[in-house]
Amino acid sequence: MKRMKEIVLPGDEVRVDKLKPRQGVRKVGGTYISTYLGVLQKSDEYIDVIPFTSPYIPRKGDRVIGKVIDVGPSMWILDINSPYTTLLHMNDSPWRVNSGDLKKFLYPGEWVYAKIMSVNGIKESWITLKDVGLRKLDGGAIITMPYTKVPRIIGKKGNMINMIKDTLHTRIIVGQNGLIWLDGSPENVEIAIDTLELIQKLAHGEGLTDYIKEYLEKRRGDIVGNSK
Amino acid sequence: MTLLGTASDIKLINDDGLRLDGRGFDELRPIKIEVNVLNRADGSAYIEWGGNKILVGVYGPREAYPKHSQNINKAFVRARYSMAAFSVDERKRPGPDRRSIEISKVVSEALESAIIVEQFPRAEIDVFIEVLQADAGTRIAGLTASSVAVAAAGIPMRDLVVGCTAGKADGQVLLDLSKEEDNFGQADIPFAILPKTGEVVLMQMDGDLTVEEMSKAHSMLDKALKHIYNLQREALSKSFTDVVAQWGE
Repeated sequence: MKRMKEIVLPGDEVRVDKLKPRQGVRKVGGTYISTYLGVLQKSDEYIDVIPFTSPYIPRKGDRVIGKVIDVGPSMWILDINSPYTTLLHMNDSPWRVNSGDLKKFLYPGEWVYAKIMSVNGIKESWITLKDVGLRKLDGGAIITMPYTKVPRIIGKKGNMINMIKDTLHTRIIVGQNGLIWLDGSPENVEIAIDTLELIQKLAHGEGLTDYIKEYLEKRRGDIVGNSK
Repeated sequence: MTLLGTASDIKLINDDGLRLDGRGFDELRPIKIEVNVLNRADGSAYIEWGGNKILVGVYGPREAYPKHSQNINKAFVRARYSMAAFSVDERKRPGPDRRSIEISKVVSEALESAIIVEQFPRAEIDVFIEVLQADAGTRIAGLTASSVAVAAAGIPMRDLVVGCTAGKADGQVLLDLSKEEDNFGQADIPFAILPKTGEVVLMQMDGDLTVEEMSKAHSMLDKALKHIYNLQREALSKSFTDVVAQWGE
C-alpha cells in the first residue's frame, strides 16, 4: 500500500512552519487555516492545499479549452468549464473577420484552444487565439477533469502526458481548466481516456508515473496494430 | 395535525427518566452521513438522522440568473428546502410554502457565513435540500448535510457548519427532539455553529425557556455538536480515502 498525503478539511489549521502559504490557505487571527477539502502539499518554499475538486476561475496566461456557446456581432461567448463565461473578440482571432459574419469561422458547439488574455476584478475575461499552438479544435474527443488534477496529468516537465502521447500515438491537448482534447485512432483514444481517468482517481497517491507506465503497456498490448 | 405546545396526555418521559424512543435526556438519535451520492451534482450528501432522510445537491458556483440578482462583490447562496409529498404522515402539498421559504432563508444565511463568497463575484451557489422523510429537526439535519455537500463540491469555506436541536418537553430540557417531543413539548431550538470558532450561524426558538434552561440546553448542544462535527469529518475523509484504497493492488 502506497502512502497517502495528509487530508485536510475546511477550517483545519495548517502548520506552515517556515514555508510560505499559497493556494487554499488563509490567515485567520494568528493561525493559518485550510479553505478546501483536499490534500496538503509541501514544496521547498510553499505550502498549498490542493482541493480534490474545485471550480475553475480564469487566470491571466492560462491556456484553456473552451466551447463556443453564443455568437454576438463582434464577439464569441465561450464556456470554459468555469462559473464564468469568457469572450473572444474577432480581432483576437487569427482570421480576417467582418463584423456580423463571425458564424463563418466559429459556430456554437465548436471548440478552441485559447489563452486567457485578461481578467478583471469581477472575473470577466477575454481570450485570444493569437499565439503559438492556439487554434480551433477540429474533430477529436473532449473529456472533462477537475482542473486541480491537471498538474498531475501533465506530470513533471510533461513526462506523464508525453508518455501517454508516445505510447498511444494520440494527439492530446490539456487545457488548464480541466478540459482535454484527444485525437487518434478510436481504440487508442479510448485507452487514453481510461488512463486519464485512472490518473485523476489516483492523483493523490505517490509513485503514480510507474504505475501508469505499467498500466499503459498492459493495455496497449491488447490492440492489434499497436505492437511493432 | 398537532402543534407545538398542544395540550395532550401523552407521557413523553417515563418513570425511569427515559424518552419515548428509550434515549436519555442528552442522547442523540443515530446519524449517518454519506458524501457524493449524486453524479450530476457538483457536490452532494445524504443524511439519515433518526427518522429523517435528506438528500442535498450543490450546484455551482455559476453565473447568477436573473442578472439583476448578481452582486459584483460576492456570490449569493440560494438554498432551497423542499419536503417531498410523501415525507410526512399526511400528504404534504408540494411546492414552497411559508415554512419552507423561512427555512430556505435561514439555511442560506447560515451557509453564506461559512462559504468564502467574496471569491466568486456575480455568481450563485445553489443548494437543493430534499427531505425524503421527516421526523423533527429537518432544517438542522439539512443544514448539516448541506455544509458537507458544499465542502465536497470544492467550494472554499471558512469552516463546516454543524447543527443540532435542543428543547423542552414534559418540563425537561432535552437534546435532539423527536417528532412527538417537538409536537407536544414546550420549546424547540434549532442551533448551528462554525465548530472551529464557535460562532453561532443559526439559532431559532419556538416556545419558551428560562435562562437556566437555555444554558443547560447550550451545554448539551456543545457536546453533541462536537460529535456531529466528527461524523461530518469522517464522512468527508472517507469518501476520498476509499478512492485510494484500491491503490496497492
